[in-house]
Amino acid sequence: MNRLALLLRRDLGHLLRGGQGRGGATLPLLFFLSVAMLFPFAVGSDAQLLARTGAGVIWVAALLAAILPLDRLVEPDIESGFFDQWALRGMAEEAVLAVRILAHWLSFGPPLMLAALPAAALLGLDGAQLRAVELGLLAGTPGLAAIGVTIAALTAGLRSGAALGGLLTIPLAVPLLIFGAGSLRPGGENGLALLAAASLAALAIAPFAGGAAIRALRE
Amino acid sequence: MQPCFLAATDLACRRGDRVLFRAVSFALGPGAALHLAGPNGVGKSSLIRIVAGLLRPFAGAVERTGGLALADERLALDAGLPLSKALGFWTRFDASAEADHAIRVLGLADLLDVPVRYLSTGQRKRAVLARTVASGAPVWLLDEPLNGLDTASGAAVEALVAAHCTGGGIALIASHQPFALSGLERLELAQFVPEFV
Repeated sequence: MNRLALLLRRDLGHLLRGGQGRGGATLPLLFFLSVAMLFPFAVGSDAQLLARTGAGVIWVAALLAAILPLDRLVEPDIESGFFDQWALRGMAEEAVLAVRILAHWLSFGPPLMLAALPAAALLGLDGAQLRAVELGLLAGTPGLAAIGVTIAALTAGLRSGAALGGLLTIPLAVPLLIFGAGSLRPGGENGLALLAAASLAALAIAPFAGGAAIRALRE
Repeated sequence: MQPCFLAATDLACRRGDRVLFRAVSFALGPGAALHLAGPNGVGKSSLIRIVAGLLRPFAGAVERTGGLALADERLALDAGLPLSKALGFWTRFDASAEADHAIRVLGLADLLDVPVRYLSTGQRKRAVLARTVASGAPVWLLDEPLNGLDTASGAAVEALVAAHCTGGGIALIASHQPFALSGLERLELAQFVPEFV
C-alpha cells in the first residue's frame, strides 16, 4: 500500500479512537454541542437575540473545539520516535504533516458540520443562516486544522505545551473567526471568499512551518 | 542484500558549549561491524544520531549507501495497539517480508496480542529490534541493543547481528556492555574527547 495512505489510515485511527486516557473525536464534538446548549441558558430564550448571535457562537465553539486535540496531534509521535523513523526512511516531515492535517480535519471538520445541525436548532437559526454557517465551516475548518497542526509541532517538547498551544492558536485563528462570522451577515459572500483564502494560506504554510519546527527540535 | 557502505570522516559533535568528541573516522564495508564503546555521556548516542542524519555534526561528514535502520530507546510503536498491529504498520510501510523471522527469533510470537504499553522493558527492547530487523535495511544502527535483555535474548540479538553481517550487512553498535560477535571492531569513543588545555 502507498506510504501516504498508510500514514493517513494510522493517523485517522489515532485521532478518531483517541489514545490512552484521551478522548477521541467525540470530545471536541461534545464540547461544541455543550457550548451551543449552554448559551441559551446563559443569555435567555429571547429568540431574536439568539438568532442574531447564535451563528457567531457556533464559530467560537468550533474554534475552541479545534484546540482540544492539539496536544496529541504531534507530540506523542516525536516522543516515541516516529518522526525519527520516518526521516530515516526518507519521508519528509512536510509530507507527514500534510497527511496529519488532512486526518485532523477529517476527524473534526465533518463531524462539526454535522453537529452544527442540532446546534443551529438549539440556537434557533433559520435555514439561510444554517446554510451560511455550514458553508463557512466547510471553508474555515481546514484552516483551523492547519493552524492546529502547526502550533502542535511548534509547541511539541515544551513544558506545558498543551496550554501554550491553545493560547498561540487563538490569535492565529482570529482571521478565520472574523471572516467566518462576517460571512453570516446578509451579503456575506465576500466574507466567505476571504475565509476560504485565509484557510488556503494557512494550509499552504502549515506543513513547512511545522516541518521546520520538528527538525529544529532534534538539535 | 543491496550494496552498502558507511563511512565517517573527522566527525565532531558539540552539545551546548561542550565538544563531546572530535576527529572520529571509520569506514565500514559490507559485512563489517563496529562497536562504539565508552562510558555514559561520552557521546555514543549522539554519534549514532549523527550517522543516522538526525543530528548535524559540528564538523566532518558521513557517507553512506544503502538504507538505514535505527534501534534506540524510542519505541516508535503505537502504545495502544497490540504488538502485531504496531509492528505491522512498519512492515507494510517498509514493504518487508522479514517480520515473521524477526518475531520468531526474538521470541515475540507469544506477545503479538499484547498491547505495546503492557510490555516489559526487555520485551520492548526486543520489539524495537524486531522492527529494525524487519525493515530489511542493510545498515543497522543499534543504540544499547542489550539494555534490559536477559542472557538468552542477548544471545539471540548477537546471533541476529552475526547473521546480518554474514549476509553482507553493516552494523554499528553503541554499547557500554561487551557484545559478542566475531570480527567486531572496537572504537573507544573516550579517546576522541578533546583534551582541555
